[in-house]
Amino acid sequence: MRRAGRILTWAALGVFTVAFIYPFVWLLSASFKPRGEVFDHRLIPETFILDNYVKVWQEAPLALWMFNTLLVTVLAAVTVTITSAMVAWGFAYFRFPGRGALFGVVLATMMLPGAVTMIPVFLIWNSLGMVGTLTPLWAQNLFGSAFYIFLLRQFFMGLPREPFEAARIDGANNWKIFTKIALPLCRPAIVVTLMFEFQAAWTDLMRPLIYLRDSATFTVPRGLKALLDQFGFGGEWHWEIVMTASVVTTIPMVILFFLGQKHFIKGIATTGSKG
Amino acid sequence: MRWKDSRAALLFISPWAIGFLIFTAWPVINSAYLSLTDYDVINDPSYVGFDNYKALFEDPKVGLALRNTFLFTVMSVPAQLVVALALALLLNSATKATGFFRTAFYLPKMTPPVAIGILLLMLFNGQNGLINSFLGLFGIDGPAWTTDPDWVKPGLVLMSLWTVGASIVIILAALRGVPQELYDSALVDGAGWWRRTSRITVPMISPTLFFLFIVDSINALQSFTEAYTAFFGAGNTTYSNDAALFYAIYLFQQAFEFLHMGYASALAWLLFIVIMAITAVQILVTRRFVHYEGGQS
Repeated sequence: MRRAGRILTWAALGVFTVAFIYPFVWLLSASFKPRGEVFDHRLIPETFILDNYVKVWQEAPLALWMFNTLLVTVLAAVTVTITSAMVAWGFAYFRFPGRGALFGVVLATMMLPGAVTMIPVFLIWNSLGMVGTLTPLWAQNLFGSAFYIFLLRQFFMGLPREPFEAARIDGANNWKIFTKIALPLCRPAIVVTLMFEFQAAWTDLMRPLIYLRDSATFTVPRGLKALLDQFGFGGEWHWEIVMTASVVTTIPMVILFFLGQKHFIKGIATTGSKG
Repeated sequence: MRWKDSRAALLFISPWAIGFLIFTAWPVINSAYLSLTDYDVINDPSYVGFDNYKALFEDPKVGLALRNTFLFTVMSVPAQLVVALALALLLNSATKATGFFRTAFYLPKMTPPVAIGILLLMLFNGQNGLINSFLGLFGIDGPAWTTDPDWVKPGLVLMSLWTVGASIVIILAALRGVPQELYDSALVDGAGWWRRTSRITVPMISPTLFFLFIVDSINALQSFTEAYTAFFGAGNTTYSNDAALFYAIYLFQQAFEFLHMGYASALAWLLFIVIMAITAVQILVTRRFVHYEGGQS
């Protein structure tokens, strides 16, 4: 009976693994097939070609889109991590009047649907003449983000107080205590924040849809949507181009995951337990 | 204890405070004001009182969008929870290679939503998509998932199951926290797998399931990218895409395609109220099923 149960468990895990991984393999394989064979569902392409990758590079300024996305993503991740860590430290280490209430406000902003602020925030960037540029995609991160402030504060609160008190007695100022002791101690949480925001910024479609007008400024997801509109539905039905571009958009995220798998899993698990 | 450090503390939290004033507090106020105006960005806003809110109730697309969004949420959230729980239980009972399986289940979560929308179109293509080809092996004639209005939402729901990886990881972490003694004594009492699962495991991790239920619902009510990618945009005007018109998509169209900023602001506030109301009802109804160890949340 127990043995039968074990075999069933493994069989079920196997089936689900195939179901979860298959779409990736299917997409990757389709990107090496000529147009007519895209939907033949063969795992190994009958005719193996690299033309789709050449074509997508010719049809779309893919390198430029990659550069734009990388720029936005790095700026978004670095700025949000630095400021969120500062703010989280401010809430975790110091005691000051109104701390609880202010932190309550931080949490409350997480509950506010993005739709409510979306239009006025667009109007702010519009009045600054920055619609059409990449700035609105990351600059808000200069002010931190409630979710990461929450996550990092949680981590800071778990640190013992002694090293900080000792440093204070040795004459270290607040900034030194934060940068030289607190930040190095919370490296894992910093890495989680960087990776989460890297993924969020890389994959975002809504803000690029709102703010970007000219193909030269597109991020990869925005460009992918444009390619779908042009080659998928635009009457041409060149799915092989759309699929190849999808592979190019997705692969950096797969690499990111394998680089930091442990951090991702740990970060996700903490999000749940702190809810 | 360290009251004299208030100044330092305020310096540390000042980036957030400034950002809050500029990008949350002011926009909330401005959005409330804009919802009482007609505004197309080019001309100044003109005050129209509650006309936008009245118009919401007469706009058939609002009803349609709300209905679509509700149906999607009601189908996708329980389905995601059940699948995530089942896979987490499976993973938890496996003794080897759990890391490998966890990776396999989490990986789809890394896919950019725009690519998921495209995958949906390919996999669920009614004529030659992978799903229907697979169903064909069993002699089932699959529906036109991407064009038949009755099947568009089920397709989106099925696609959403592909990205339950994060929920699996969260549930798995909770399962690891259930004390082994509980199972030991249940085994002594001769409780079978189903009994142990339904009487010990699920109650013990119910706070986590409750958290996922609330968060997933809030997210589902705001779904945008996958459906927008697959069913809306520049080229596909010949498409019957009304079945995929989610609330967030309609709001986006009103604001940034038709530049009805006032009307879209009213739409945003209605969404806010709807989400708050649904969340409140969910909390009231499900709270009694949630078991908190030591009676604390």
